Amino acid sequence: MSFYTLFSKELLRFVKVSVQTVAAPVLTSLLYLVIFGQVLEGRVQVFDGVRYTAFLVPGLVMMSVLQNAFANSSSSLIQSKITGNIVFILLAPISYAEFFWAYVAAAVARGLAVGAGVLVVTAWFVDLRLEAPLWAAAFALLGAALLGALGLLAGVVSEKIDQLAAFQNFVILPLTMLSGVFYSIQSLPAFWRGLSHANPFFYMIDGFRYGFFGASDVTPWVSLAVVAIALAAVASLCLLLLKSGYKLRT
Amino acid sequence: MEKRYGAVHALSGVSLAIEQGEFFGLLGPNGAGKTTLINVIAGLARADAGSVSIMGADAISDYRRARRMLGVVPQELVFDPFFTVRETLRIQSGYFGIRGNEAWIDEVMHHLDLSAKADANMRSLSGGMKRRVLVAQALVHKPPVIVLDEPTAGVDVELRQGLWQFVGRLNRDGHTIVLTTHYLEEAELHCSRIAMLKAGRIVALDSTRNLLASFAGSRTTVRVVARDGTQHLLQMEGYSELERELARLRSQGVEIADLELERPDLEQVFLRLTSS
Repeated sequence: MSFYTLFSKELLRFVKVSVQTVAAPVLTSLLYLVIFGQVLEGRVQVFDGVRYTAFLVPGLVMMSVLQNAFANSSSSLIQSKITGNIVFILLAPISYAEFFWAYVAAAVARGLAVGAGVLVVTAWFVDLRLEAPLWAAAFALLGAALLGALGLLAGVVSEKIDQLAAFQNFVILPLTMLSGVFYSIQSLPAFWRGLSHANPFFYMIDGFRYGFFGASDVTPWVSLAVVAIALAAVASLCLLLLKSGYKLRT
Repeated sequence: MEKRYGAVHALSGVSLAIEQGEFFGLLGPNGAGKTTLINVIAGLARADAGSVSIMGADAISDYRRARRMLGVVPQELVFDPFFTVRETLRIQSGYFGIRGNEAWIDEVMHHLDLSAKADANMRSLSGGMKRRVLVAQALVHKPPVIVLDEPTAGVDVELRQGLWQFVGRLNRDGHTIVLTTHYLEEAELHCSRIAMLKAGRIVALDSTRNLLASFAGSRTTVRVVARDGTQHLLQMEGYSELERELARLRSQGVEIADLELERPDLEQVFLRLTSS
């Protein structure tokens, strides 16, 4: 019941401002598609038999899922800490695990809602098939959970909005942009291609794209393992911090 | 209990038991450790040494049971701007595992004069109204122990009276009340027992009556009104000095018209214990 209430509260929180939390990121992705699709269609080599615009759509969907999952948990927690209303959760008989999963589940819900919105509006522009829908669903779910957990971690550690913004701008954004959303890493020079393999975001985008085209830069099993391990690591660290009361209980 | 924040010893050897059904006051100047003590009781802060037990439930190892026993009204005026008053109270009920709490939520809102604002967003409420919602939030799960940290700070007279009536009724119904306040007359009026804190230590712990009596026994103030209308304030360690002081006045040519014994109040006790 406590978990369900906290999850519902987090859900209600972003639904109440859905123009800002869902519609705005959908519009941003649509603009990316229109501009990049127009400029780069026919100029960039991606998978065999796949048009650039079609290649771009799953990347944009997954980028939206990841960024919004991160934004949901991180912004909710930092706002609660700054305004002080986190006290209502801390005073309640809610375990640290319930706290963690409620925030992550709400982040997953927002990530998937925005991702679905992006898919719906961009589907008008391309002819997309889902070759392996279960793979796409698995990567969307795990990716959103990983970024939701990462957002919670950033929210716990940060004390001010600008600390969180720094994490978002200097870690999340570069890792997302350099993950192969806009290109296939096969088109990169060897050094940058190798470096891309160290970016966990690459595996989420690549694995998600496999669900659409049945083709990817690396095998989806490897991507799945990398994402699952990253999620386990971030979730463990986050649970450990929540259990200790780090920066939440003095 | 011991609690340090860096070099500051916020709580030092604090040990006390509050009986079930008591109306207990926690007084002290700013920085005395009152809020730290409440935070440790509520699990918002963790003691460096010592433990807290709430009706037999340890605040750390049995935190779920301990927190269900406790309703805390925080000192800061905090609220979630996304929700209405009713939503806020429903959410708070859910945190405590209570579904379908509408009847009690309506009753609490009625007693705190919040019913008309039930569907108003928290952002639109005045400071006093927000304070009422904080009190309501602390009561949604009908806790047997209610902790009020400065509940009437910045609150108008009407709400203050309504709040004390409601809290008094809860106390008569068997709820234990723990109160911190800067308004000492409130503590004197409502609290049956008081602990005074200074620099993280308890400097007095006794019934309100005993604290006042002990002060009266050790320090007596008599106001003397002379026939010419002038007033003289005599302060002495006890009544035994009264005759000598009156004789001194007479020798100065003062003709005594009236005598008035000034009763000690909690403020005098507080100032004496915390300023030394």
